[in-house]
Amino acid sequence: METFLQQIINGLTLGSVYALVALGYTMVYGIIGLINFAHGEVVMIGAMVALSVITGLLGSHASLPAVVIILAGLFVAILVCVAIAYSMEKIAYRPLRSAPRLAPLITAIGMSIVLQNVALMVWGRNYRTFPTLITPTPHIIFGAAMTDLQMLIVVLAALLMGGLVLIVQRTRLGIAMRATAQNPQVAGLMGIDINVIISAAFVIGAALAAVAGLMVMAYYGIAHYYMGFLLGLKAFTAAVLGGIGNLAGAMLGGLLLGIIEALGAGYIGDVSNVCGLSSLSDALQQKCADNDGQVSLFGSNYQDVFAFFVLILVLIFRPSGLLGERVADRA
Amino acid sequence: MAAPALLELTRLEVAYGGIHAVKGIDLIVRQGELVCLIGANGAGKTTTLKGITGLQPVKAGKIVYDGADVTGKPAFQLVRKGLSMVPEGRGVFGALTIEENLAMGAYSRRDRVAIKQDIERVFGLFPRLKERRKQTAGTLSGGEQQMLAMARAIMSRPKLLLLDEPSMGLAPLMVQKVFETILTIAAEGVTILLIEQNAKLALEVSHRGYVMESGTITLSGDARQLLSDPKVREAYLGEAV
Ligand SMILES: Nc1ncnc2c1ncn2[C@@H]1O[C@H](COP(=O)(O)OP(=O)(O)OP(=O)(O)O)[C@@H](O)[C@H]1O
Ligand SMILES: [Mg+2]
Repeated sequence: METFLQQIINGLTLGSVYALVALGYTMVYGIIGLINFAHGEVVMIGAMVALSVITGLLGSHASLPAVVIILAGLFVAILVCVAIAYSMEKIAYRPLRSAPRLAPLITAIGMSIVLQNVALMVWGRNYRTFPTLITPTPHIIFGAAMTDLQMLIVVLAALLMGGLVLIVQRTRLGIAMRATAQNPQVAGLMGIDINVIISAAFVIGAALAAVAGLMVMAYYGIAHYYMGFLLGLKAFTAAVLGGIGNLAGAMLGGLLLGIIEALGAGYIGDVSNVCGLSSLSDALQQKCADNDGQVSLFGSNYQDVFAFFVLILVLIFRPSGLLGERVADRA
Repeated sequence: MAAPALLELTRLEVAYGGIHAVKGIDLIVRQGELVCLIGANGAGKTTTLKGITGLQPVKAGKIVYDGADVTGKPAFQLVRKGLSMVPEGRGVFGALTIEENLAMGAYSRRDRVAIKQDIERVFGLFPRLKERRKQTAGTLSGGEQQMLAMARAIMSRPKLLLLDEPSMGLAPLMVQKVFETILTIAAEGVTILLIEQNAKLALEVSHRGYVMESGTITLSGDARQLLSDPKVREAYLGEAV
């Protein structure tokens, strides 16, 4: 029971990050039908920039309160990510707006490689460690531990998602975004400049990506030029799981995927433990005895596999996702 | 004395790739007029409107609106100049509520208080919409959706309103209501270019009319005269002459 609750807490934390990133995929897809594969790299850039600013400030202005240093890092990361996403859309995707679907998709993959290589040049190929500004203090909840960093991640993600829902549901911009997603031509007839709306989707997604980047980096304590790839793919999976193009779906998909992964990682060792089997070879029996009866075929390092297992299942059994209505017919 | 032209098309050509759908037409709509453009299926009526609103690139010719050359200008800029269109098939945002649809109609305006008043005003015009204001537009009947599309278009306070087959697919009673609404809007001083399959009704409410056949204007003139023109009676009013 404790493991269960513990894994739910861990899953919720990571799931919040997935959800924030998934929103960026889903907003862009909802409006222009593009899977922006470079979105994961925007998260990575966010993490890297935040890391640089934070370490830089720690070197020069060590006396500043930790909160100020982190906020400064976040602020710069958001600016950089927004600038990158805005230009990326304008330079790489906009000219291809009426091209066949495959063209912008391949361009997106190209953009992701470009961003990775830029990061490689700027930050090098080594793992960078996040300075311990906050020592995570665990709080015990029903026997499971939740650190204040985890709480911060979950609460901040929830606030941001709530804010986004308010924008999309209540503001003039938000209504225009939904109108454009539904019918861009008619949206134009309303006086909506759809280029502005599309830029807004990229910009909002990038800002959320920057926050998510800082979150994962603080959570794992490291950042790396390649981190955006897997994270992006998982967030994309989350978006597909919830129903791509659907905001609530991205949030639900993100949280669910985080929880599935955590539970999978928490239990796969026990499930794939061979010591309970009856006819074991002598060597295995010996090994079981040496390892307190715990010899697993798969360890928690198989965590990353679950996301793709989920992706495959969704694509086979419910391609429109949990909350999606229309079957995805676009590339 | 004729009022000044609000919209003037000169030798307008619009094509879809190699398909020449509009082959150089001249058309004029004067301030305060209600002009109709009639013609059979595939004549190029919708394409003409698409050319005017920049939804389909203009191949040749010129569009002058309100004294300025607007050839090739995107739709969203035209709305800000008071040119609004109700597209063929109504184009309501089905997933948005009626109120949200109306708010989008007023997207080009910034005067919040007046927008609120205008919403109440169109609700006065269309009580059905008021009852359903929080409902998504997709749940409305075809006729109600047409009402919403027209209500939404006038939310931008247009000078010129382009209507593409507002009576399409509606029952006779609803067609009646749509035409009454067109007359109400016209009476408020909005200039209208009306595209219709229902040639008889269209000519009855219009000042002038144009007849389009496979991409060209074949007849034009005073609406009453067109109504009694033998060629029109035979081809569009279904009467043997
Ligand atoms: N997207 C398109 N691509 C290619 N050809 C098109 C396209 N839209 C219309 N056409 C062609 O252009 C011609 C004019 O079509 P248009 O829609 O303007 O006719 P219309 O007068 O509005 O007819 P209707 O009364 O049926 O609406 C037709 O021959 C049609 O097949
Ligand atoms: Mg038509």
